Amino acid sequence: MSFPFELLVNAAISGLLLGGFYAAVTAGVSISFGMLDIVNIAHPAFIILGSYIVYIVNGSLGIDPLLTSVIMAPAFYFLGAVIYQVYYLSFEKRGQESLRGLAFFFGLLFITEVALVLVFGVDYRYVEASYIGPSLHLGFAVVPLRMLVPCAVALALLGALQLFLEKSFAGRAILAVSQDALALQLMAVRPSRIKRLAFGISIATAGVAGALLIVIQPVEPSIGRDYIGRVFAICVLGGMGSLPGALLAAMLLGIVESITSTFYGPSWSPAIAFGFLLVTLAVRPMGLMGR
Amino acid sequence: MGSRVFILLAIAVGAAVFALSRLVHNEYFFFAGYVVLQYVVLATAWNILGGYTGYVNFGTAAFFALGAYSSVALYKLVALPLPVLMVIGGAISGLVGLGTGYLTLRLRGVYFAIATLALAIVVQTLIVNWDFVGGSRGAYIMRPQQVPIVGNYIEYLFLIMLALAVLALATARAVERSRLGYGFSAIRDDEVAAEAFGVPTLRLKLLATTLSGAFMGMAGAPLPYYVTYLDPASGFSLAYAVNAVAMPLVGGTTSWLGPLIGALLLGTVQQVATVTISSAANLLIVGLLLVGFVIAAPDGIVGLIEKHWRARRA
Repeated sequence: MSFPFELLVNAAISGLLLGGFYAAVTAGVSISFGMLDIVNIAHPAFIILGSYIVYIVNGSLGIDPLLTSVIMAPAFYFLGAVIYQVYYLSFEKRGQESLRGLAFFFGLLFITEVALVLVFGVDYRYVEASYIGPSLHLGFAVVPLRMLVPCAVALALLGALQLFLEKSFAGRAILAVSQDALALQLMAVRPSRIKRLAFGISIATAGVAGALLIVIQPVEPSIGRDYIGRVFAICVLGGMGSLPGALLAAMLLGIVESITSTFYGPSWSPAIAFGFLLVTLAVRPMGLMGR
Repeated sequence: MGSRVFILLAIAVGAAVFALSRLVHNEYFFFAGYVVLQYVVLATAWNILGGYTGYVNFGTAAFFALGAYSSVALYKLVALPLPVLMVIGGAISGLVGLGTGYLTLRLRGVYFAIATLALAIVVQTLIVNWDFVGGSRGAYIMRPQQVPIVGNYIEYLFLIMLALAVLALATARAVERSRLGYGFSAIRDDEVAAEAFGVPTLRLKLLATTLSGAFMGMAGAPLPYYVTYLDPASGFSLAYAVNAVAMPLVGGTTSWLGPLIGALLLGTVQQVATVTISSAANLLIVGLLLVGFVIAAPDGIVGLIEKHWRARRA
């Protein structure tokens, strides 16, 4: 048998598209974990929550999933701000974020998942949209729109976030908190206020990522857990708070995962992210683009 | 109270529990009691690392299931008595704990926590793809009906788990009061300062992960004989990970008593709720209690009691 070149190219393309989506999933963690030092392991649970809201809106009103994600972003921002306030008052202020703060987010992850199971059951849910079925054919390469559209939205999201962080006053304040919160306090700025804003934005991106997820594949409550390893592997490999780094790492992971699943079967792909994470932590904990 | 006295006392309490349980002629009592005792072991094991050193392990299910699946693999190869299986399962999980710790503990603590979260998924992936132990279809175990001296097999399982719980509690208490325990709490309070004062932090942390992982593996080893049919979904159930974190935090993490109280309380509540409400709802209760306690009562039930006493004395 000759080397299946076409198969490899197709796997690489879908990996690249998958990587774009992974970057959107990770963007929120890059902000919360990378910049604010808040280990929000419940991030994937909020993504799944977003998927289910999109599913309800799409099923009952027939509104486009991506449009829904934009509409619900403010609600997710507000949710994030509330969660940060609780986190700040209960843990960060008392200096107990390491053990109890982690347990708090773990509890949130778990409550969200169990609540979704209780309401919706463990059946897979999906949405309808015009771009979910068809594919583009470029020579022997097949590009499903179901992957292309989320990837494009993800890139737009990352671009907008990067622009916001670099150009706007609030965005630069967020970067300042990530660099030196104490210095900011000396300038008479309350870091907790800026962190609340940033955490709200991070959860808002989770809502958008949830919409992308349910466009790409059917969703059930427990698949969020598969993303925990992925998002943190990407975030660390990308150099913690760096969005371009996260995009690069996400594309890399997407391609490796896609090729593995094409040649060895999809049941192995969850293990890839963990291997990625362990190798990163052992060899280069500062990430690809870290200082 | 010295460690030896405590061990004797713990054994005496264990023996009394077992003697009293023989008076109960309801098999369900043993089935439920086994699960509660298993949680006592898991919570105590988790607390040796999480409570004493402050490093959070979210991968209890991985260590637990490794113990269970090592029993399944050995069952297919040779016939070994249950205590031997538990030692082997404990050794395997302990080694995995050591390996994970070695790769991640030199960095900040959160990396260890994240790695353990991912570890559960990877070990599950490996087991699902390993046909010898049943893969995703699961594996059946034939257990003997009777055991010499003890009698009924479920009573035998109950006795074994009771013995393991006594061993785990005695170990936790001995660690707590030894030089080792002081080293652990120095790490928890300020790792940099501990390192500066010559505490061998990495070695102590590795010791804690190994010990903690080993007890989780030992708790998992008898599981295939308890359920008689084991598939990855039940072996790696998120319930183990959540309970192992929730029980010590609800009970109190600073001493051996906290995980014991938390496990007895939450374990019993869940056994009752599973029968009366539903198994998904009882996990929701655990999650809500976990979040409620870490916000409102950071030192758990033990902390609340101590506070109450101090207030009355003053």
